Amino acid sequence: MMTINQRHLLRTGARLAAAVVVTVLFLFPIYWLFMISFKTPDEIYSFPPKWYPGRIHFDNFAVLFKDGDAITVWNSFVVAGTSTVIAMFLGTICAYSLARFRTGGEHLANWIISQRMIPPIAVVFPIFLLYVWLGLVDTFTGVILLYTAFNLPYVIWMMRGYILDIPRALEESALVDGCTRWQVIWKVVFPMCRAGLFATAIFTFVFAWNDFIFALVLTRTEVATYTVQVTHYFGGQSNFWAKISAMSVLGTVPIFIAVAFMQRYLVRGISLGAVKG
Amino acid sequence: MNSLSVTSRASFGERNFKYLLIGPAIFVLLLIGIFPLVYLLLVSFQGITMTETSTDFVGGRNYAQLFDDARLWLALLHTVIFTAIALPLELLLGLAMAQLFLERLPGRQIFIALLVLPVVVSPIVSGATWSLMFNHRFGPINQIIGWIWGEEVTLLWTIYPHLVYPAILAAEVWQWTPFMFLLLLAALANVDKSQIEAAAIDGAGWWRTFFKIVLPAIWPVMAIAILIRGLDLFRLFDIVWALTKGGPGTMTETISIFTYVKGFQQFETSYTAAVALLVIILLSVVVMLALKRVELSR
Repeated sequence: MMTINQRHLLRTGARLAAAVVVTVLFLFPIYWLFMISFKTPDEIYSFPPKWYPGRIHFDNFAVLFKDGDAITVWNSFVVAGTSTVIAMFLGTICAYSLARFRTGGEHLANWIISQRMIPPIAVVFPIFLLYVWLGLVDTFTGVILLYTAFNLPYVIWMMRGYILDIPRALEESALVDGCTRWQVIWKVVFPMCRAGLFATAIFTFVFAWNDFIFALVLTRTEVATYTVQVTHYFGGQSNFWAKISAMSVLGTVPIFIAVAFMQRYLVRGISLGAVKG
Repeated sequence: MNSLSVTSRASFGERNFKYLLIGPAIFVLLLIGIFPLVYLLLVSFQGITMTETSTDFVGGRNYAQLFDDARLWLALLHTVIFTAIALPLELLLGLAMAQLFLERLPGRQIFIALLVLPVVVSPIVSGATWSLMFNHRFGPINQIIGWIWGEEVTLLWTIYPHLVYPAILAAEVWQWTPFMFLLLLAALANVDKSQIEAAAIDGAGWWRTFFKIVLPAIWPVMAIAILIRGLDLFRLFDIVWALTKGGPGTMTETISIFTYVKGFQQFETSYTAAVALLVIILLSVVVMLALKRVELSR
């Protein structure tokens, strides 16, 4: 006969084993990608495939920097970073108006979030035609503008939720004390929802950073982002796997670092604010 | 309601303050919300192609073509197939994983933090990763199958017609099951424990408790998760692009890939405009219906 304690231990052990198996399964592809980026071409094209590199070497990354391909990671950073800053500012003041004055009511809020749900390809096609006419194809301005517009609904929606979470009493007393409305936003609202601002900014950045379809259509060579660059190696000759994996790793590591800082806000961030987590 | 706006000086500027705040954002949104619609409508009634640059109006020709285009409706069908298989799979796997991690477990937070990683990888990168995984000679999948099978196998995952769907679905389900997992875990953690205990005392079995108490409690979150993933799946592009580019032939072509090919490889500008409008209208109807049912806003 097992005691209750023993049974509990056995149960936890079984769950722990299942948890390890599941986690290994989900991490294996990521491991494989990273592992390939550290292999030599000979090791990559060895049969049967080896599950670990002979030794860690960084030549695949060095090549990307030597050829200048690594600049695409910088391009991703510039367009994602700039569009995030603009979208955060415009989006947050708009969200403040929606949250505090109920500007436009539920209809405006719903229209804004529905803009987020339209398939990108349908939006980017007419934008592309417009950009050809305006000479904005393959320019930082063009890409940043579209990312800003595409991320605005997300920022507005999320920040509206965060602002609704903070009590309005403080704002009212600041107004009574003689602050202007702009001062209230800068000195009371922004500091109060600092965590929300930070989390939303990170997500906005990640969305732009990870985007492929907009960049595929709107960039050529000057502002090609790392996601577009990865696909340039598809179907190429010699050691293109080394480049695919190394470029992918360069683009993925910053995201993993960012995510590590926002674990607490992850659920709320990816559920469009519907789940507080 | 508007206590803020009445507590202070109600000058003209004060009253318009709320519109001043939304102005810039709405202006930018109109750029992607209204401009494309108007422009697509205009272009879709013209006859612009790669060789024809005249902007004369040709009536509803492009719209008539929509109905005769078997490739378009097949692309829609492929998109529906991907959604119909991937969405329930992600939901059930995510739910099972959420159950697994619901109670206390040593290292629980670390497991969750690691399981989240696929969600934040760029979809084009996960497509590339899975094309490495599925490579017939240098990838680990065929190697593992070979071990189980007992002899070497050479399965061309991105070329054989009966293997491309499983390959794409594997990548898709791998990337987004953790999304379902995270949301459902949060929802399950909020279910009232006393109700579950009361049901247990009444002698209700696990399944009965799940369907009568747990499922209704997590349904609001589940509905949102399904909505978000369903709309994402409808625009499926990156993973398919990285693995098969819609091939072999047009076997895995989704509606997004079809639109891209028509617009940017075959340069059927006006016809693509009609397709894009069709996509926007289809989606808008779905989104409007969904937003009415799902409690996304508060």
